[in-house]
Amino acid sequence: MTVHLLAELTVFVLALFVGLEVISRVPTMLHTPLMSATNAIHGIVLVGAILVAGAADAPFNAIVSFILVLLASLNVFGGYTVTERMLEMFRPKARAPKAPTDGTP
Amino acid sequence: MTVDTAAANWVDIAYLITSICFIFGLRYLSSPKTARVGNRISAVGMLIAVVATLSQGIVNWWVLGSALIVGAAIGIVSAQRVKMTAMPQMVAIFNGAGGGAAALVAAGELLKVFNANETPTHDVAFTSVLSAVIGAVSFAGSIIAFLKLQEVMTGRPITYPGQQVVNALVALVILVCWGLVVANVPNSLEFFWIALAASFVLGILFVLPIGGADMPVVISLLNSFTGLAAASTGFVLGNNVLIIAGALVGASGTLLTVLMGKAMNRSVTNVLFGAFGAVKTSTAGGAGKQQNVRSVSTGDVATMLAYANQVIVVPGYGMAVAQAQHSIRELADQLEKRGVEVKYAIHPVAGRMPGHMNVLLAEANVPYTSLHDMDDINPEFERTDVALVVGANDVTNPAARSDKNSPIYGMPILDVDKAANVVVLKRSMNSGFAGIDNPLFDDPKTVMLFGDAKKSIDGVIAGVKAL
Repeated sequence: MTVHLLAELTVFVLALFVGLEVISRVPTMLHTPLMSATNAIHGIVLVGAILVAGAADAPFNAIVSFILVLLASLNVFGGYTVTERMLEMFRPKARAPKAPTDGTP
Repeated sequence: MTVDTAAANWVDIAYLITSICFIFGLRYLSSPKTARVGNRISAVGMLIAVVATLSQGIVNWWVLGSALIVGAAIGIVSAQRVKMTAMPQMVAIFNGAGGGAAALVAAGELLKVFNANETPTHDVAFTSVLSAVIGAVSFAGSIIAFLKLQEVMTGRPITYPGQQVVNALVALVILVCWGLVVANVPNSLEFFWIALAASFVLGILFVLPIGGADMPVVISLLNSFTGLAAASTGFVLGNNVLIIAGALVGASGTLLTVLMGKAMNRSVTNVLFGAFGAVKTSTAGGAGKQQNVRSVSTGDVATMLAYANQVIVVPGYGMAVAQAQHSIRELADQLEKRGVEVKYAIHPVAGRMPGHMNVLLAEANVPYTSLHDMDDINPEFERTDVALVVGANDVTNPAARSDKNSPIYGMPILDVDKAANVVVLKRSMNSGFAGIDNPLFDDPKTVMLFGDAKKSIDGVIAGVKAL
């Protein structure tokens, strides 16, 4: 194991502890948005996708590069949009009811 | 990397800011009041990281730009159009996309090394196979989870003889190939591709035997996998923001998985390898034993509810299937007008996703202050006139408390049987997902209202209005 890898492993382990600490405070009520929020956060793999697909010595042809960035981009934008939609529904008091969309009286 | 030192520093600082944004974003999720701000902070962090990355000597702008825009368009439009009830599937798809991307990033980095006719270092070889394996398992597993949740394929566990042996063999193939790549065996790139393909197969095989009711556990586990795959690509690329963000997600997913397991009184291993529900259907004998159920009309239920002091609604997956949450809210409004206290009891594993019921009821404008966790609400049932069970089954099964032979013995349940009256809304007399008889239905104080939950509730609303 190189010194470099050890330094990265240190960052990883510390981040794990921060994650456990922060997430153990999230109430059950918000567990679905939490999952969706962390789902969006792992979209950070988009950074890796851009670095790999955008480099001058890119290892993939255009089609594979396109699919790679597309998958990561889908994860990021879809993830944040879904989370936002979930969270905007959590209100302390009832809103004025929307017009029913499904024909309910 | 061919970037000069000054630029790299700037980008590293941007990545640091991104990591801080992610941590604050999650921290703000500890209260519904600040959660939205938290998600936006996290999104800003993501934007900073992406912009910083794009500033790093990128070529191939056409491919990158078009993929980014198409991905964003598909992601945003589908996320906005999807119904709240289909949310678990949507999360599964985005999760799979992330896992697939992580596997490809790792493959790309390894390919680069081989293209340059170099031998990868042990570190790079080890971590790139790791991200490829976890990423591919997450990608394939998420697709199967999606198909099960979307009911394209059966939600029942799919089992066959020797299943565990086959899985173990596939895992062994992966491990051997992994070892060969790390040991720098000449032409080991082929072994990398075999490991990648085998991981894809393993992802499929591993989710197949898991039943629909266990999906909350699987989805959070797969989420954790994609997080760890992302962290692992961070090791491959030497990129801290990937490591930190991946670790945060990995920690969160693991914690949620364990919590879900606890809520079902089952170990995570049992959920993953137990094929819960497949074995039991043959032994439980189905509905045959349960003949003392009393079926009533919507009018009867309306009267019971309208003259109660306190009603507790117990929603389950049946509510999600029937999309009954709006009707339930309307019924609660009608009852509250008559002075009835209405509360909601949320079991931690009700639905197909952690906290699934909370999101659906929030969609129907039910204030989150009316939603109660299992531990808070259980003492309330004794003081409750009517417990209204909407499409929930196993989480209300008193056999979990009393019957040592029951497969769900020991699972914490909602004590609905302690209420003065119980109304169970159910599609039919079929047993629940776990395929276990529910003595609650035989209880003399329980009445059943058969049919689609939404139609039944709408009937009850009409009944309450007519009183």
